[in-house]
Amino acid sequence: MADTLRIEGAVTPEGPHGRKPRRALSRRNIMIYGVLLLAAFYYILPLYVMVVTSLKGMPEIRLGNIFSPPVEITFEPWVKAWSEACTGLNCDGLSRGFWNSVLITVPSVLISIAVASINGYALANWRFKGSDVFFTILIVGAFIPYQVMLYPMVIILRELGIYGTLAGLIVVHTVFGMPILTLLFRNYFTSLPEELFKAARVDGAGFWGIYLHIMLPMAVPIMVVAMILQVTGIWNDFLFGVVFTRPDYYPMTVQLNNIVNSVQGVKEYNVNMAATILTGAVPLAVYFFSGRYFVRGIAAGAVKG
Amino acid sequence: MNIRVTVAAFAATVALPFAAAHATDLEVTHWWTSGGEAAAVAELAKAFDATGNKWVDGAIAGSGDVARPIMISRITGGDPMGATQFNHGRQAEELIENGLMQDLTEVAEKEHWKDIIRPSSLLDACTKDGKIYCAPVNIHSWQWMWLSNAAFEKAGVAVPKDWYEFEAAVPALQKAGIVPLAVGGQSWQSKGAFDVMAIALAGIDTWKKVYIDKDAEAARGPEFAKVWAAAAKAREWSKDTKVQDWNQATNMVITGKAAAQIMGDWAQGEFQVAGQTAGKDYTCLPGLGVNEVISTGGDAFYFPKQKDAEKTKAQMVLASTLLSKETQVAFNLKKGSVPVRGDVDLASANDCMKKGLDILAKGNILPDSNQTFSPDTQNALQDVIVQFWNTPSITPEDAQKQFADIVAQAD
Amino acid sequence: MTNTAPEGRRTGLTRNLAAKIATLPMIATALVVFLGGTIWTVVYSFTNSKLLPKLNFVGLAQYRRLWSTERWLVSVDNLMIYGICMLILSLVIGFVLAALMDQKIRFENVFRTIYLYPFALSFIVTGLVWQWILNPEFGVQKVVRSLGFTDFIFDPLYDQQIVIFGILIAAVWQGTGLIMCIMLAGLRGIDEDIWKAARVDGIPTWKTYVFIIIPMMRPVFITALVLIGSAIVKVYDLVVAQTGGGPGIASEVPAKYVYQVMFTAQNLGQGFAASTMMLIPVIILVIPWAYLEFSGKRRHG
Repeated sequence: MADTLRIEGAVTPEGPHGRKPRRALSRRNIMIYGVLLLAAFYYILPLYVMVVTSLKGMPEIRLGNIFSPPVEITFEPWVKAWSEACTGLNCDGLSRGFWNSVLITVPSVLISIAVASINGYALANWRFKGSDVFFTILIVGAFIPYQVMLYPMVIILRELGIYGTLAGLIVVHTVFGMPILTLLFRNYFTSLPEELFKAARVDGAGFWGIYLHIMLPMAVPIMVVAMILQVTGIWNDFLFGVVFTRPDYYPMTVQLNNIVNSVQGVKEYNVNMAATILTGAVPLAVYFFSGRYFVRGIAAGAVKG
Repeated sequence: MNIRVTVAAFAATVALPFAAAHATDLEVTHWWTSGGEAAAVAELAKAFDATGNKWVDGAIAGSGDVARPIMISRITGGDPMGATQFNHGRQAEELIENGLMQDLTEVAEKEHWKDIIRPSSLLDACTKDGKIYCAPVNIHSWQWMWLSNAAFEKAGVAVPKDWYEFEAAVPALQKAGIVPLAVGGQSWQSKGAFDVMAIALAGIDTWKKVYIDKDAEAARGPEFAKVWAAAAKAREWSKDTKVQDWNQATNMVITGKAAAQIMGDWAQGEFQVAGQTAGKDYTCLPGLGVNEVISTGGDAFYFPKQKDAEKTKAQMVLASTLLSKETQVAFNLKKGSVPVRGDVDLASANDCMKKGLDILAKGNILPDSNQTFSPDTQNALQDVIVQFWNTPSITPEDAQKQFADIVAQAD
Repeated sequence: MTNTAPEGRRTGLTRNLAAKIATLPMIATALVVFLGGTIWTVVYSFTNSKLLPKLNFVGLAQYRRLWSTERWLVSVDNLMIYGICMLILSLVIGFVLAALMDQKIRFENVFRTIYLYPFALSFIVTGLVWQWILNPEFGVQKVVRSLGFTDFIFDPLYDQQIVIFGILIAAVWQGTGLIMCIMLAGLRGIDEDIWKAARVDGIPTWKTYVFIIIPMMRPVFITALVLIGSAIVKVYDLVVAQTGGGPGIASEVPAKYVYQVMFTAQNLGQGFAASTMMLIPVIILVIPWAYLEFSGKRRHG
């Protein structure tokens, strides 16, 4: 209990700012909660529709409206989406791509975060001539549409000899995740007290020593942010997953696209929705469990840049 | 025992286990994922697996627009798949010119593709500088209109026998609350429907002038004005379709929500999956019942060059499997398309397919627009048509002019 | 590398050698992928490459054709409308929600999770769900009509004039939660004393926000701008999933034009010309700003 309290308290550097709520039904409170609830309605509506639809049978979907709760609850669409839906010849649904997605996401997230954190650290504490130029190019790179980079990337990976391999895909995710992540880490490390770094230098610690023993342990909050961003981005990626790998490595989103886009006569909306929720389940779970660290991390990283 | 037999026997003992031990996996990419299409692909895979190799399926849903970039990236990236589907025509031209595609001439000569593939224009589309680079698997013709018998019954009019009768029946259909013409939202569908109307309504000679000779004057002329006028009507009739995919539009015809759809013969696969019978539940009109022709579009498999000699060998096996009699029949019956060889027995073909075979036998054949125009030109023409189709304020005259301007620059 | 401060006047390549080696991946990415890829793209935009890149120069022909292509013009218009609306809506909604969340409300975790979860879903999913809710035959229109308003029309995805706003509804839904979180984090970073001082001086709350708090949140807004801006330029999957660019070509966006021209029309040169045009505003706007923002006046420099 004490532990939870501590975390609650530590959610923010400062805590909420508004006046202490006095009466439960003041005009001010009605307005605040009114707006928040209205907004919540807009955000929650699609999820509600997805869940409700995924539990209905097709006849009910055809007749009823999309917002009404299911009359007869069926889990058939979930089973079908997970293990039976076909694309071409493979009728094993999303399950086929799940482990591939894990296999792609875990190393890509770890490596991209490792690389970006070193970048951010070097940019914050060890600036050298030209480092800002590279960083600026990187930030501009964040605005380049992926489609434009597709061809050069294919050529680069081909020349490196890793086109079509898992390693190649990891490189792609590391490269395209780099701008935003580096920005986050750089801002974060810049916001840490300078004295920490100076003291370590006086003690004779070098580049890697300071990184491993001082900066890395302190970077946990921003790591969480980076992890959430990357897990979402990489897990949901479709384009790179198909262009830079082969069918043995196709991530779950490829199956999702195939289920959603290959219609057998009538579109099976319930299966589509179940597939949708199943595909989103991993990033959703990450959000539900680490949402509070997310805000805390950004608060630490983005604010004081 | 003479020496030749000994050698042959020796070769046989060596070769047999050799072939069996080296069952090669061959990855095949394609975009056949609708119900009828998937069933047809399964036939190809079954036949190939029977040769002791393994078909690794690389289906990418979402029609060629989604799948093609992936295929091209893979081939140029140096990690090519074993075989890949393209519409035969000019889509793979450049890959061949750059030596990225496997030459199939040897298999083709051994198995006499020249004699069995019919019409011969199909093989010509695969041929470059005298060498053969692709294996055509089917003939797809766009030239069909599919009609729901139930819809016309509900509206109390006879099922039309051509476009003009259809036109006359439209008011009755609309009164009965039926969408006269289903056209899905994806842009290739309005382009395809327009091309069909062009052959039927402008006449074959005018069509050839525009689509083959790229004669912009003909595209500006009065014959083509008729096509645009009809397209303007079709635009009005189809405005309540409100679905994206072609097979959802087909489904509207199957369920009688819409009366008709102009779509290629692959739509037939959907009617079959839905358990409907040609002639009884639905009617098909080749060439809109006006100019009965078959356009010879279709699918072909290309075989990107492989580093591994075993894979190349497997590619040859696949190429020959694709064109075997049994595969051709099994595949095309499921797909609703016409086999590329003339010497197969299609007794089990249904009404519509027989109509198609008849027309083919009579030689009323035209090339598909994919074969006559470059992808670039096709895309530009498609832009004009899809915009016209979705924007009631564009007059047929304006659209005709834009269309003709592109034809004038076509390559 | 003993205890010399990094800002010590050592010159040449050996200065901060470890840092240079450690950032080699970044340098390589910046130079080879982003800079190299961009130059490569620009060079090939002057060629008539079709399916494969070829150095067969045709001058400005691709650009002339680009700017006379209706679909490109439509997509540029759409990107402007979408971009401006998205930028304003994201910042305003994000900030207002964050400010409300910062009022010592109950259930903060619940609200935050609700606003943030859409960001976890891919654009394919977002497009699909909203396509459905906005579908006149199943979605909002049908429901409202079944309540008795039989003339009610709400089919943004099938109306050329407003289709881009249909996409906007989905994009805002997906993206504002993240912005809200960043804003909230920014608000939490503001010193409590500033609020106290403002209250003591009797400054109205809205004035405190506009004139004191927002200027103090500059870095937060910059992070938000980079995130929103880069997402706007790249918008592609959402359009493909929700409308496929339709009806007709009414919801085309530049990234989709590039992709389609490159791979469907097999006209790389044209695609690269369009890519180059997309890069120009980014370069004009972002480079000077980024350079001012990220260089100079920092410590350890």
